[in-house]
Amino acid sequence: MKKRANSSQSDFQLPKLTYRVWAVWRRNFDVFMKTWHVNFLPSFIEPILYLLAFGFGLGTFVTEIDGIPYMQWIAPGLVAITIMYGGFFECTYGSFVRMYFQRTFDAIIATPINVEEVIAGELLWGATRATLTSSIVLAVIAAFGLVSTPWFLAMLPIAFFGGLLFAALGMCFTALAPNIDFFNYPTFLLITPMFLIGNTFIPLAPLPNLLQTIALAVLPLTHVTNLSRVSIVGKIQTLAGLEPEWVLFLAAFWVALVTTILFILSIFLMKRKLIK
Amino acid sequence: MILLEYKMGSSESLIKARNLTKKFGGLTAVDHINFEIFKGECVGFLGPNGAGKTTTVRMIYCFSPVDEGELTVAGMSVSTRPREIKRMVGVAPQEDNLDPDFTVLKNLQVYARYFDIPKAEAEKRASELLKFFQLEEKQTKSIDELSTGMKRCLIIARALINQPQFLLLDEPTTGLDPQARHIVWDEIRSLLKKGVTVILTTHYMDEAAALCDRVLIMDNGKIIEEGNPQKLIKTHVGEDVLEVPFNEYLLDTLKQELPKATIEIFGDQIRVFVNKHGFFDRIVKKFPGVNITIRNANLEDVFLKLTGRKLRK
Repeated sequence: MKKRANSSQSDFQLPKLTYRVWAVWRRNFDVFMKTWHVNFLPSFIEPILYLLAFGFGLGTFVTEIDGIPYMQWIAPGLVAITIMYGGFFECTYGSFVRMYFQRTFDAIIATPINVEEVIAGELLWGATRATLTSSIVLAVIAAFGLVSTPWFLAMLPIAFFGGLLFAALGMCFTALAPNIDFFNYPTFLLITPMFLIGNTFIPLAPLPNLLQTIALAVLPLTHVTNLSRVSIVGKIQTLAGLEPEWVLFLAAFWVALVTTILFILSIFLMKRKLIK
Repeated sequence: MILLEYKMGSSESLIKARNLTKKFGGLTAVDHINFEIFKGECVGFLGPNGAGKTTTVRMIYCFSPVDEGELTVAGMSVSTRPREIKRMVGVAPQEDNLDPDFTVLKNLQVYARYFDIPKAEAEKRASELLKFFQLEEKQTKSIDELSTGMKRCLIIARALINQPQFLLLDEPTTGLDPQARHIVWDEIRSLLKKGVTVILTTHYMDEAAALCDRVLIMDNGKIIEEGNPQKLIKTHVGEDVLEVPFNEYLLDTLKQELPKATIEIFGDQIRVFVNKHGFFDRIVKKFPGVNITIRNANLEDVFLKLTGRKLRK
């Protein structure tokens, strides 16, 4: 990294955002809708395959967890994983391609829209994409009869803020990525472990206490899964010695806090990368 | 010429730079430069690669922050009022950054949205621009299906979507074939006729001579000369240039015959610069059979004289 002569540009500032964020969001939405059938298809097929394989396959041996049939217990996990993939990959590979190969950001920055608004538009789009695709998954699990509370409507804000969390996390890596292959690191070192110990398919409660504490302290997926599970099946387990209501409270607090921090941080890092 | 004087004499100032400086780490890309650009002019920033042309242009459209000095557009500082400035400028960057996810027409419509241009108005302007740039037939095509020249035209069309007060064209014809270059030049000329202010960067001397009322020659981040291309040619290199393969006897004869002329040796070639036409007739007669070329002096001669012949990074 070149050191800047004028330090005021790299000093930290809160992002200056206006309604113009919308035009950036809308650009990505238009591209998404142009090929909506391709974009929605995986969200439709994937949960069916998972439900069949895990639900009927593994579900034969693991009949229930926490008093809930296994297939129903993993359903919110599927929604949470879709939120994670939607936000994270849109703002890593997707944003990187737009920034580096297509130079779309440069083109937009030459208009009255500033660089902070470009990144904020990307993040909000990542959150929207996560909401759209996870809603398809929610519809599929509802069709399997796996949604048992009216609180499932809370999935919309959970998906949006969870999506924003993973979008902002991804954008931080985009700001640090020297090339597109770099994303292999966060994918294998962060996304895959979360897939495994994010309380999605494998219950976290029986795992060693240390692992439970780590999953609650640093892994965003654990909290998004916990929120999804409460919303869809109305129940979560005691984790790392915390009662279910405290696990729920921690999840909401953790997501709100970390999303805010990463949202601001990722915009700052991207601004530093793009403005020369 | 009359038009030029009218423009320079009575027009309003549009852009003013005072001690404008930009540094990248230890490198001073733009080094305390001063210039002023007036409405209606076509001004070219001319210079070898790395001279600081693109960096200067990027500061004008508020892409790169100014490190030192002052830069104002229509009286507004680029540091404090970037949104207003960006609203009144059209930018055609050096590299193709058209949106490959959209068709030709949609590229213009989406770009109009970035300027808050209402949908109906955007559609009207987009179709007018496509007509002007003869891209109507391509409007439903994707960007990948356009030739390099068409892409360049579309980038310039896109830069006009907000009806800018001035256009910034960063190397508008680099990488184009001769046909496409001339098409782009014609487009630029017709925009100039309409009164659009055009600021371009180029390292093609013929381009600057063909389009610009005034050129600012940059080297190593500094403006080393400025003026009207024809006047610069006359002042620095004269009217005619004689070129002949190096030959010691010939060199001695030239020195004797033309004591006042500038004689330079470029590689294996002798070049002689003179101030008036017709000076070389004698020489040509004296050396029948020798491969002597006589041509008009051009901006390239000025440029090489001022910036030297060393290869730039």
